[in-house]
Amino acid sequence: MAHAPAMDGNRQYAHHFLSADHEFETSKQGIWLFLLQEVLFFSPLFVAYYVFRGLHPADWHAAAQLLDWRMGALNTVILICSSLTMALAVHGAQTSNKKKLVVNLILTLGLACGFLVVKYFEYTHKFHMGIYPAGAFTYEGLGQYPAAKLYFSIYYAMTGLHGIHVLGGMAVMLWVLKRAMRGEFNAHYYTPVEMTGLYWHFVDLVWIYLFPILYLLG
Amino acid sequence: MAHTSHDGENYLNHEKGLWSWLSTIDHKRIGVMYLFTVLVFFFIGGVAAMLVRAELFRPGLTLMTADTYNKMFTYHGTIMVFMVVIPLIPSAFGNFVLPMMLGAKDVAFPKLNLASYYVWLAGALVATASLVVNQLDTGWTFYTPYSIRTSTSASWVLLGAFIMGFGGIFTSLNFIATIHKLRAPGLTWGRLPLFVWASYATAIVQLLATPVLALTLFLVVLERSTGIGIFDPKLGGDPVLFQHFFWFYSHPAVYIMALPAMGIISEVIPVHARKQVFGYWAIALATFGIALVAFVVWGHHMFVSGQSELANFLFSLITMFVAVPTGVKVFSWVATLYKGDLHFRMPLLYAFAFIFVFTIGGLTGVFLAALGSNVHLTDTYFVVAHFHYVMVGGTIMGMLAGLHHWFPKMSGRMYSEGWARVSWFLVFMGFNITFFPQFIVGSQGMPRRYYDYVPEFTTLNQISSVGAWIIGVGFVLMALYLLHALFRGAKAPPNPWGAATLEWAQDSPPPFHNFDKDPVVTHGPYDYRTSH
Ligand SMILES: [Cu+2]
Repeated sequence: MAHAPAMDGNRQYAHHFLSADHEFETSKQGIWLFLLQEVLFFSPLFVAYYVFRGLHPADWHAAAQLLDWRMGALNTVILICSSLTMALAVHGAQTSNKKKLVVNLILTLGLACGFLVVKYFEYTHKFHMGIYPAGAFTYEGLGQYPAAKLYFSIYYAMTGLHGIHVLGGMAVMLWVLKRAMRGEFNAHYYTPVEMTGLYWHFVDLVWIYLFPILYLLG
Repeated sequence: MAHTSHDGENYLNHEKGLWSWLSTIDHKRIGVMYLFTVLVFFFIGGVAAMLVRAELFRPGLTLMTADTYNKMFTYHGTIMVFMVVIPLIPSAFGNFVLPMMLGAKDVAFPKLNLASYYVWLAGALVATASLVVNQLDTGWTFYTPYSIRTSTSASWVLLGAFIMGFGGIFTSLNFIATIHKLRAPGLTWGRLPLFVWASYATAIVQLLATPVLALTLFLVVLERSTGIGIFDPKLGGDPVLFQHFFWFYSHPAVYIMALPAMGIISEVIPVHARKQVFGYWAIALATFGIALVAFVVWGHHMFVSGQSELANFLFSLITMFVAVPTGVKVFSWVATLYKGDLHFRMPLLYAFAFIFVFTIGGLTGVFLAALGSNVHLTDTYFVVAHFHYVMVGGTIMGMLAGLHHWFPKMSGRMYSEGWARVSWFLVFMGFNITFFPQFIVGSQGMPRRYYDYVPEFTTLNQISSVGAWIIGVGFVLMALYLLHALFRGAKAPPNPWGAATLEWAQDSPPPFHNFDKDPVVTHGPYDYRTSH
């Protein structure tokens, strides 16, 4: 039979590993490497932010005033809570507590939705004011700060890319939730839950950086 | 379950039919699929090169209009860089031999490995779709603001390169985890074959550099579709920032191309010189030295871009340091050859070609790294000659050494040494005839990428074009004798070269399941006394 999974007690693992633990450790390393490249994936935007901030500090400051720090702070709280529920979900899986796993996954998904709703109101509010990325920028209130429109290009690029990561995380969570409800995870096998958790903490961490530099620092 | 080595079963005949290939998660088959696909693109990119050289045979219009010419060199460059030279050695040979060299049954994540192939292929197809949509004319470097303004299909190619990048990222992630976690018992770090060290360093560079390019290219797509403005001077953006991001990837990309080729050379030389490699740790550490320095020299592509004098000075200085670990490797190879029992078979001949050509490529790099001469040589044919000596001379010669070294293992057949030597001679001579005159014509001031040139440059350009066609003939001949070998070649023994690394400890071609009996490593990779 081609690539039949091997058994380790009652735990299945792919044929090229020595044990289920070996497979788990390797998968975990894989997700860490993936997150490492994610850091570099975001890095050009951070570099661009600081380059233009250095070139146009006054414009940057003026533009940042247009963002509502309370909305940003609300979303920060939402994401920190979602990291907590995610951690509880992983713990639920590790302790074979199906109910704890499922409930916390649903809570995390709900908080992620909440984050996107807040973001949606922020975006539409800006659009109404004519605050778009530089090429479509029509807002008149910052006339003496010509580089302000670049600030919003970078704001949309950074938060947009982060938002796509939130959406991706939610899609994966739905898949994990479906498997969790079928009872596929327990103390012996919870690799996908753990991986999703690590990814979700990374997404939160990116926001922890975005919030101060976009909403507070300017 | 048990596969003895006598029942004739192997990874090629284990399952039959196209679908068994397209859905395989066997690293050996995926390696073969990459090799096949890359060679198809190599053919397309090669034809574009022949046409470029045909156009440049005479000044003025020879064969095609200036617009067509711009598109032709753009496709040559883009295809050769993103679809040939970058994936060639890691994805094709890395996939095939790396797990076997480690004594592993497969890579760490076999399904991800197949996904990498399809992601990369999808990107390659999106990029080549632009051939039918509206061909690109920016050159492979996609410099802004022209790439934002051009009415040609830049978005397709940029998106294609973006997607292909993730294929490479997944492959390198897979290799790093495989090397960390799936080494056979006894295979300590000091016993790793040098190709594994090279693949390891390459994977790290690829994992860290590619995402930066991916996001940058995506931003250019956004520039074109929504006017995001970050690289667009008209909107207050900075086109030089694009150059920084682009070269932050594309300089390390040179080592994504060169390091695996150096890894192959480090395998081929000891095996065919029948000698323990000289300076094992020196080569392994030099690999990491090169990988490290690779990340802090990108500015040497931008000496005339207007970056600060201090930046120019520092980038120039650090670039010179690349010569040190590279020199360490070349001297280690030569010292391995010294008093060796040389067997002048194809892999060793290509290794010689590699050392000769790569050394010229490296030394002419010093002229370009020096600020004064760089200003004179920027954007001339000297640069074209230099990077072809490095990328073709380095990667393609190294790849050909590897292809001739592992062909018996992959196919289970031997090729004709006689025809192979003729082809080697044509490729090696043709290469030097093509590109050496370009150093001269470049230092005399002929700009790169130009459609036309002054009549004084005609002779050197004609020599160069004839050389290109000689290479072409050499490759056609190679395709013929390899295809002949595939169907009519003599059966290859398990270890025709007497190598000591683990991939040779199996039949040729290897069985579907690597290693019936899990190998235990008790000696170094180049220890030919204990392994007969
Ligand atoms: Cu460079």
